[in-house]
Amino acid sequence: MFTNFPFFPEQASTQAAQVDGVFFFTMAVTAFFSLLIAALLVLFAIKYRRQDEDEIGAEIHGSLALEMLWTVIPFFITMIMFVWGAKVFFDAYRPPRGAMEIYIVGKQWMWKAQHMGGQKEINELHVPAGRPVKLMMGSEDVLHSFYIPAFRVKADVIPGRYNVVWFTPTKPGRYHLFCAEYCGTRHSGMIGWVEVMEPNDFQAWLGGGRPADSPAAAGEKLFTDLVCITCHRDDAQARAPQLKGLFGHTVRLQGGATVTADEAYIRESIVNPQAKIVDGFAPIMPTFQGMVTEEQLLQLIAYVRSLGEQTPPPSAAPAVPAPPGPGKD
Amino acid sequence: METVNYLNNGHGLKSWLLTKDHKRIALLYLVSITAFFVIGGFFAMLVRLELLTPAGDLLSSETYNKMFTMHGVVMVFFFLIPSIPAVLGNFLIPIMVGAKDLAFPRINLLSWYIYVLGGIFTLVAALSGGVDTGWTFYTPYSTAAANGHVITAALGVFITGFSSILTGLNFIVTIHKMRAPGLTWFRLPLFVWSHYATSLIMILGTPVIAITVLLVAAERGLHLGIFDPALGGDPVLFQHLFWFYSHPAVYIMILPAMGVISEIVQAFSRKNIFGYSFVAFSSLAIAIIGFLVWGHHIFVAGQSVYAGMVFSFLSFVVAIPSAIKVFNWTATIYRGSVSLESPMLYAFGFIGLFTIGGLTGLMLAAMGIDIHVHDTYFVVAHFHYIMVGGAIMGYLGGLHYWWPKISGRRYSEPWAKFSALMIFVGFNLTFFPQFIAGYLGMPRRYHAYPPEFQVLNVASTLGASILAVGYVIPLVYFAYSLVAGEKSVNDPWGARGLEWEIPSPPPTENFTVSPIVTEGTHQYMHGNQEVGLA
Repeated sequence: MFTNFPFFPEQASTQAAQVDGVFFFTMAVTAFFSLLIAALLVLFAIKYRRQDEDEIGAEIHGSLALEMLWTVIPFFITMIMFVWGAKVFFDAYRPPRGAMEIYIVGKQWMWKAQHMGGQKEINELHVPAGRPVKLMMGSEDVLHSFYIPAFRVKADVIPGRYNVVWFTPTKPGRYHLFCAEYCGTRHSGMIGWVEVMEPNDFQAWLGGGRPADSPAAAGEKLFTDLVCITCHRDDAQARAPQLKGLFGHTVRLQGGATVTADEAYIRESIVNPQAKIVDGFAPIMPTFQGMVTEEQLLQLIAYVRSLGEQTPPPSAAPAVPAPPGPGKD
Repeated sequence: METVNYLNNGHGLKSWLLTKDHKRIALLYLVSITAFFVIGGFFAMLVRLELLTPAGDLLSSETYNKMFTMHGVVMVFFFLIPSIPAVLGNFLIPIMVGAKDLAFPRINLLSWYIYVLGGIFTLVAALSGGVDTGWTFYTPYSTAAANGHVITAALGVFITGFSSILTGLNFIVTIHKMRAPGLTWFRLPLFVWSHYATSLIMILGTPVIAITVLLVAAERGLHLGIFDPALGGDPVLFQHLFWFYSHPAVYIMILPAMGVISEIVQAFSRKNIFGYSFVAFSSLAIAIIGFLVWGHHIFVAGQSVYAGMVFSFLSFVVAIPSAIKVFNWTATIYRGSVSLESPMLYAFGFIGLFTIGGLTGLMLAAMGIDIHVHDTYFVVAHFHYIMVGGAIMGYLGGLHYWWPKISGRRYSEPWAKFSALMIFVGFNLTFFPQFIAGYLGMPRRYHAYPPEFQVLNVASTLGASILAVGYVIPLVYFAYSLVAGEKSVNDPWGARGLEWEIPSPPPTENFTVSPIVTEGTHQYMHGNQEVGLA
């Protein structure tokens, strides 16, 4: 029962060593100051122990130099921790371009994953070693948090918005996947495994899965089934904005404001269409909240995204090109 | 014949329940927070027993979740927050400023009744089925999904908040307006400074948590869309509002304990504090900067990276005044006349454990480390080092130090030393393994867990058992001292301060002649110089 208990977690992603680096530094500082204080307390307690009942201590009121010393030195040490920690964090939440994307939906009490090739998994996640993987995550119900200790990655999964996390696995193997944000009765059952595979094995796994629609293809089917197509047509007389060439571009709204058509915008436009009305269109779209699940929302977004790579017909072009820059993916 | 003091001046239940004497109200608090400590401790024992084995086999998941929720709610809102201010602060602040009572004695009694009313709401919630939201009441779980009596528990927290606000108000007015002649701000005991800073947080922070839990109740009961995205709300808004109070609330718990430690370190080194003004102002700095760090609880909730950096920076800055205090306490002991009686043992325990708790707090403030350890047992270990290793050690140290004054009796010193040692050992065995479990990745609030974490959890449960015994022993010898303890003289420790110049236990009006103060406390070179006392 007590076999195989570790005292330090495995390092299985490129980020693990980064996080552990700051950790080791702060741990050294912690150990140094804790031992210093403890040693001084013990030393003073012994050396200056009361010798007779009426003895009093020396009269010392303070020292400005010492106060400065033990204000400035700790301040500089903490600033090293601050800068180093912020740098690691910055990298951890900036996915590189070209990362492999996977959609994750958290719900009480399971993790659902959907690969771009259409493979779906529950409480398992297969990823190849040596390649950056970006997860786009939404929640069906309450707060969750996606946590892989061996990768040192974590991000809260929040209903109504998408959070992104990314990692590059380095070592094939099976690693714990935990929900870290308390989410109700079976919170501790919302766990699974991340299986890191050699790239070749991963390709075989992708091919070996049962054939399923890619999220974009599933989204296209939904688009027809939910009769979105009636209004979001390809012609200039359409009652709703043109979706071709929309994704990733700037949209001009009623009243002159603009917004970048990213995942959050598309999602909002489906569940709360009245929130942002595209310039030149009437607020006639009904809400689809409660009619589509989080997974279906992700599929619809994947479809709209796939349309973004196509050029819109010249007659109906509500979108203007987005300015280049480090916009949020 | 016994002289008249606050304890024998009036008998019967009514003389206690309708008292306006700050010392008697302090004892009303002492009894009620001890009751809540026992209740909260009972919940903690069930949590620890469940975690002896990896499988969730002792309690059902729902019951387990209710246990850690009730443990947190009871310990935070009904024990830790009132503990030192409402008991020791209530008893000592009027005496330390040379006054007959607090500025508003009736309001002081009212705040105890409000506290009891809030406590009743929470106990009703616990007994009628419990709550399983976690003490943090995170939305939308608490408003849309949670089991149990969320509204009742939220109202309990809402109500008891007013008790905090009124106590803080009373302290601030008393410290401003009722200081004895000659008692300038820089002659005040550091205990009073720390309570002044605490009171500022109570007054400025508590209304925010009160409104926040009321909004939770409104969304759950009336379906107003505030936090639940399904109703058009924003769940992360709740986290901002909640931590805007609840992070400063940590300082409500630790600042008074720091004040206690400053007094004990001086008394048992027979030496005035090293760097008085630095220790005094560091309390205010903690209170002020502490209001600006709440965002470090939501680094991984999708908060802007730049906002995160500001919160991270300020979280490091708020650590500096705490470090200043630790260095000054240590320097105070240097060339003192050190006596390791039980209050000093607690003070040593506090300084060591608070140092570890504070430094591991720096790890959590470093955003890169927080990614990994956020919401794991590392956080649980860290805040227990602050709240149990810090606040409760300080509370117990203060209780031992001032017990002869409060009760007029001496407790058994050998037993006190023994239990202080047990608490120190039990505490470390309980919570140190949780740092390791947390860095390994064990998430908090897990009813069942993977088997590789079991060794650490068994150690933790063993430690908790030792800790529990360590907490029971003082209950016994304090109670025993009331009936059979040796009578205490005015100043049993040879300490300096207004409270040690009046009889033990003090008379109802504290001072028969209003004191005139000519210097600060703990000036051992000069003897007693507070003149005007009989």
